[in-house]
Amino acid sequence: MIAVLLAQTIAITGGTVYPVSGPKIANATVLIRDGKIAAVGTGVAIPSDATRIDAAGKWVTPGLIDGGGQLGLVEIGAVAGTREASLQGDTIAAAFNVTEGINPASAVIAVTRIEGVTTVLATPTGNLVSGQAALIDLDGATIEQMVVKSPAGMVLDDSESGKDYAGGSRAGLADRLRRVFRDALEYERRKVDFSRAQIQPLSAPARDLEALLPVLHAQEPLIAYANRRSDIATALRLAREFKLKLVLAGAQEGWEVARNIAAAGVPVLVEPLDNIPSYDALGIRYENAALLARAGVKVALMETDTHNSRNLRQQAGNAVSYGMAWDQALRAVTLSPAEMFGVADRYGSLEPGKVANVVVWSGDPFEFTTGVEHVFIRGNEIPLKSRQTELFERYKTLPPKY
Amino acid sequence: MRTLLYLTLGLSAGCAAAGVRQATPAPAPAAAPAAASQAAAESMSVDRAQYPSTYRRHPNPPVLIRNATIMTATGQEIRNGSILFKDGRIVAVGEKVDAPADAAVVDGAGKYVTPGLIDDHSHLGVYAAPGTEAESDGNEATNPVTAEVWAEHSFWPQDPQIPLAIAGGITTIQALPGSANLIGGRSAILKLVPARTVQEMKFPGARYGLKMACGENPKRVYGRRGGPATRMGNMAGYRSAFTQAETYRRRWDTWRKDHKGDPPERNLRLETLAEVLRGNMYVQNHCYRADEMAQMIDLAHEFGFKIRSFHHAVESYKIADLLAKEGTSVSVWADWWGFKEEAMDGIQQNAALNQHAGGRPLIHSDSPSGIQRLNQEAAKAMYAGVRAGIPITRDQALRWITVNPAWTLGLDSIVGTLEPGKMADVVVWSGDPFSIYSKAVQVYNDGWLVYDRADAAHQPRTDFELGRAPAPGSDR
Repeated sequence: MIAVLLAQTIAITGGTVYPVSGPKIANATVLIRDGKIAAVGTGVAIPSDATRIDAAGKWVTPGLIDGGGQLGLVEIGAVAGTREASLQGDTIAAAFNVTEGINPASAVIAVTRIEGVTTVLATPTGNLVSGQAALIDLDGATIEQMVVKSPAGMVLDDSESGKDYAGGSRAGLADRLRRVFRDALEYERRKVDFSRAQIQPLSAPARDLEALLPVLHAQEPLIAYANRRSDIATALRLAREFKLKLVLAGAQEGWEVARNIAAAGVPVLVEPLDNIPSYDALGIRYENAALLARAGVKVALMETDTHNSRNLRQQAGNAVSYGMAWDQALRAVTLSPAEMFGVADRYGSLEPGKVANVVVWSGDPFEFTTGVEHVFIRGNEIPLKSRQTELFERYKTLPPKY
Repeated sequence: MRTLLYLTLGLSAGCAAAGVRQATPAPAPAAAPAAASQAAAESMSVDRAQYPSTYRRHPNPPVLIRNATIMTATGQEIRNGSILFKDGRIVAVGEKVDAPADAAVVDGAGKYVTPGLIDDHSHLGVYAAPGTEAESDGNEATNPVTAEVWAEHSFWPQDPQIPLAIAGGITTIQALPGSANLIGGRSAILKLVPARTVQEMKFPGARYGLKMACGENPKRVYGRRGGPATRMGNMAGYRSAFTQAETYRRRWDTWRKDHKGDPPERNLRLETLAEVLRGNMYVQNHCYRADEMAQMIDLAHEFGFKIRSFHHAVESYKIADLLAKEGTSVSVWADWWGFKEEAMDGIQQNAALNQHAGGRPLIHSDSPSGIQRLNQEAAKAMYAGVRAGIPITRDQALRWITVNPAWTLGLDSIVGTLEPGKMADVVVWSGDPFSIYSKAVQVYNDGWLVYDRADAAHQPRTDFELGRAPAPGSDR
């Protein structure tokens, strides 16, 4: 069936199209061919063999991209046998790439994509260096079919929980990272000496140092979870020292140092509905996303509750409610995360040549009244079914039919 | 996602109980002593006031909100309407309301007014922020049956999560012990107002609830600590406790009648359970799975009490008919699921299906984050139902976060709707409360303006925040 659909040409007509890369276009067509976007705009010639989707009165956007969570890596939170996101007992788990832990059969995938989230960052957790995250599309029978980019970033826990893996002090955490980074560069310079055991013992296994090299050469982003203002400063300092391509994540007190973050040109992954104070972020507040954006920081959003990644649009709507411009919020769940993860040439906007991840909404995607009418992932129309719709169908009249 | 962590660890997520509270005060925990033994009774702790409420209404001028859309939670949505409240009571609601000369007049143009929101499942104050071990006071996980503990004895009024919930339009909460135990202890029914002591927050006259928990949490917590280790062990644990309580109740009730000999020895655990058996305290029950709810209903029938609400009832839609017939409300989330096996069958139409079956659904939070946007959660649950073809009205959805939880606490004749005579718990919203872009702009609790988004003088901050968290609106 997938092969048949791939060959299809689909014309979504008459909707208000939000390309994100440009202003909205009323009464426009989005033409999809062979899994890619072929044309966007008014006056698009519609081939006679195209399947037409009438989107009059509807809103058409790129599929949403969730920049956080463990989708595909955690099936049932409390069941260890279904969790793949954390490598136990490996403080510097740089060589740990989550990709082969992804379960294409996860029930969470369908629950999520039928509400408009088509792409997620499957993010490793735990440890000081948690490992390599993978950006995946929420469709495909195999991991290979799902992967958009892997690794999409190296994840570091530069927060209160991270220091537990570095002797219990934030200063120790920074020192440990510096040693590891320097050793990785040393290892790269002296691989031959290493293989002959003519080098001092290194602060992490060779395979982890090797995995850090793309990060240290700024080819792969370092996604640093940091919340306290001082921890954000530490991440910025390390990025400066080692010339890293840094992405801050969480950044709950980021608004307090928004100008510094903007000056460093560092983008930030924010969960807008974070506002419960802890000693890791006493300054946490709803306005964080808006204040960062206002300072000129590139902001992408995440919903870290893996099973409710679908609430990414509620996160975005609340970001708007607390001061972010609506257009910025839409960009923050589409093009901005695509840019952060290095896939903006293929993802994040409705432009010819890009992958056809497209959602047709009944209205404003951030509003509760709005439902998803059509979802396309790589040009395939996704049936709006999940384990949850099946449960509903079974029990909508009682007694159920088994 | 600290809340989910609690759930995973079984340290929090719970259900508790609420009280029946009508306009008259609740009876004392046990019957009043007979005159003949007055002298003896005077020497007994059981006959003295038990941690009484010291709540006092904050003095405030009459308030008239006019030109607003008034959502009464009684079936009306009045365009260009007005509401007048005075001395903590709603005086009038309608299209035209005359204001007394001394009334503070609020222009409600473009705004919406609803009753104060009520969360019947909160751990504010007992799992306070900043969430360290020092504030972890929600689970007395030392025995599977701890009916003797009271949530109010853990409650910290300086929890910085409290002002956040107030800003979300919450005026009343039930603060519950966690769900580690089969029987976790008494709940606290509180007015959500700034206060120095929990006594100043205790809802006057509200009866206590009893928190009970089904399923995974108790057996996980006690499975390697002497049990229960199974769901059948859970059931045996409840039955054993209530069997003892039956005997205890009979002994005390008999002694109260004739005062022959020494009174029975006081047992705080059984005293609470005996109150459930007397019908003075409603059981509210953390219970996810449909089949377990049916077991708990049988348990309640065996011992002659009612379960007032099933909390976290993610599978309640599967037995919505049974629950409607039983008259037990269902306290649910809009869309939480998947964090453990007993939460795998959650669907977004749960509240709607219970409504459709004639039941009494409501949206609860169990979360310091979710409590700040019960209106949004209700909106999600309503539209999920509507999109699936279940005709949920805006009034019904509003009742999910107002008068239905009020009923669960036994307070529905006092709060939960905008009607003359009811307590002036009133929220003014910037727009339609079911829109994601709307926020509470004013919150009145018993007529007192406890929150005003436009006025820092009415944005309470806890002691905890002073000098270490930037004030809202400030910039470093």
